[in-house]
Amino acid sequence: MGEVKEVSVGDIGSRATEADPKLKAETMALNVGPSHPSTHGVLRLMMQLDGDLIKECEPVIGYLHRGDEKIAENMTYNQFIPYTDRLDYLAPLSNNVAYAMAVEKLANLEVPDRCQAIRVICCELARISSHLLGVGVYGMDAGSWTVFMYTFTEREKLYTLFEELTGARFTTSYTRIGGVARDIPDGWLGRVDTFCKGVLPILNQVDKMLTRNRIFMDRTVGIGVISKEKALSYGMTGPNLRAAGVDLDLRKDKPYLGYENYDFEVPIGLNGDCYDRYLMRAEEIKQSVGIIRQVIGSFPEGPYYAEDAKKIFAPPKDKILTSMEELIQNFMLVTEGPQMPKGEVYFEAENPKGSLGFYVVSKGGGVPYRMKIRGPSFCNLSILSELLPGHFLTDITVILGSLDFVMGECDR
Amino acid sequence: MSEIEKSELLDRFNYLSERESSDHLALNCPAEQLIEFCTVLRDEFQFDLLLDVTAIDWDVATPRFTGVYHFYSTVKQMYLRVASDCVDNIKPTLPSLVPLYSAADWHERETYDLMGIHYEGHPNLKRILMWDSYPYHPLRKDFPLAGIETPLPAEDVVEQTNLQVSAAPMMGGPFVSSGDGKMSQTEPKAKDESWNEEKGK
Repeated sequence: MGEVKEVSVGDIGSRATEADPKLKAETMALNVGPSHPSTHGVLRLMMQLDGDLIKECEPVIGYLHRGDEKIAENMTYNQFIPYTDRLDYLAPLSNNVAYAMAVEKLANLEVPDRCQAIRVICCELARISSHLLGVGVYGMDAGSWTVFMYTFTEREKLYTLFEELTGARFTTSYTRIGGVARDIPDGWLGRVDTFCKGVLPILNQVDKMLTRNRIFMDRTVGIGVISKEKALSYGMTGPNLRAAGVDLDLRKDKPYLGYENYDFEVPIGLNGDCYDRYLMRAEEIKQSVGIIRQVIGSFPEGPYYAEDAKKIFAPPKDKILTSMEELIQNFMLVTEGPQMPKGEVYFEAENPKGSLGFYVVSKGGGVPYRMKIRGPSFCNLSILSELLPGHFLTDITVILGSLDFVMGECDR
Repeated sequence: MSEIEKSELLDRFNYLSERESSDHLALNCPAEQLIEFCTVLRDEFQFDLLLDVTAIDWDVATPRFTGVYHFYSTVKQMYLRVASDCVDNIKPTLPSLVPLYSAADWHERETYDLMGIHYEGHPNLKRILMWDSYPYHPLRKDFPLAGIETPLPAEDVVEQTNLQVSAAPMMGGPFVSSGDGKMSQTEPKAKDESWNEEKGK
């Protein structure tokens, strides 16, 4: 045995070279994705590895690019609603609402209370649905399959509720500009309440399985730490930003849909690591359940679309079939699109993944001149090339799982 | 943004002008002063979040391209829109905000990719959504909705198969317009009418 050399902790490659100069360290190129289970879609990571340690990482995106903005500029405002389902396809209802509200802002439309209440329930159910998947898949990425089984069962119940409300389980296209497509079915609120009752015990189960789980904590605490400054600089939003300790929730800061009337807490993280991001989502589900119960408790009567919105989405169907004026109006809406004023607006909604923004430039007429979609996942992923280096290969799945992104919205 | 801050900004920087907007405050800023102005915005006015970078193609108008930035202040809970015209219509250029906001990195790459705005000082200005050898900027108004025939990115595949990316058939699609004006007048020419016995011939 020769003498033991002390080497610095950290860089494994240089450590090996220092210990024995004959061992030459070389980096290895590794390509993860675009089709890899842990990339949750079609994200590709090109990495340089030094042993198990990531030295460089370059995310490659665009595999799901469909040109949504170009499409939006070539169709009427109403026609684009189904395309918003495909942005964050884990929470289509909240995308529908965000888009409708952006156009309503341009048209200067106020929706009635009942419509707002329906939309709040939609948004929060979508948040629960997205976070249930986020937490479940995250647990699966960290090696705990059981969590996924529990949360996905709950999502299934949610989809049944969505189906009853919108007619579709996945691509809902539920909102209209100035309202929603149809009123809530009889007894639906009761079934939402039943779901809320059922999801809380499941959350407790998940809590028991993950929060103090030794393996889960070992894999997530102190991993993928994003500082407050870094998170802000990279334009992160949503639970990922709040996990880093920034108090930004548009439902509180820029209340829309009457969120100011509901009592809820916004969880804020301390360390900005993967563990905090899990805690954020778990807590947000509970808060969403609280909001939904408050809405159900004070559910207003009245119309579910704005009176003056008839010129924008469509007159009632029975009127179209019986009245000349409404028939002409419907014809004009389909052929020319709703007539919007000139101007430009930017509206952001607090979606499950972060702030989903629509920047609409109108020159008047039925078609937007320019529509820019700000997908929160796009910004949340841009930090990867800085976040991943310095971590081990096994941490990739955990970090990606904790960021909870969706490529449909990233690539648009 | 409060009225006081707005007038303070407009007084302090005489190159700024107010921009027409249907919602929050919007300012026009010339491209040369953009870096200086955004530094002040970030450091003194606490606009710490760069939400969005994009551009608008005004088609035949001059200046043809306008870069648009959306800022948010997590301290003051305010939005701000800053717009900056590109002087050159042929090679539109704007300064890069990457030294100020890391978020600008991907956003500027996307705007370069889809709109063809060159960001001076960007450390890694290459395409992000389309593949590297793609020759066009699809969000420009002169790019047709159906697309343009282009070679596939994989050269070895092209060599053996002679395949290429072809324009989309617009058959049965929901596309009704290609910009301003009456829809009946701007219907895309690519619309397939082969199903129609009269028009298909």
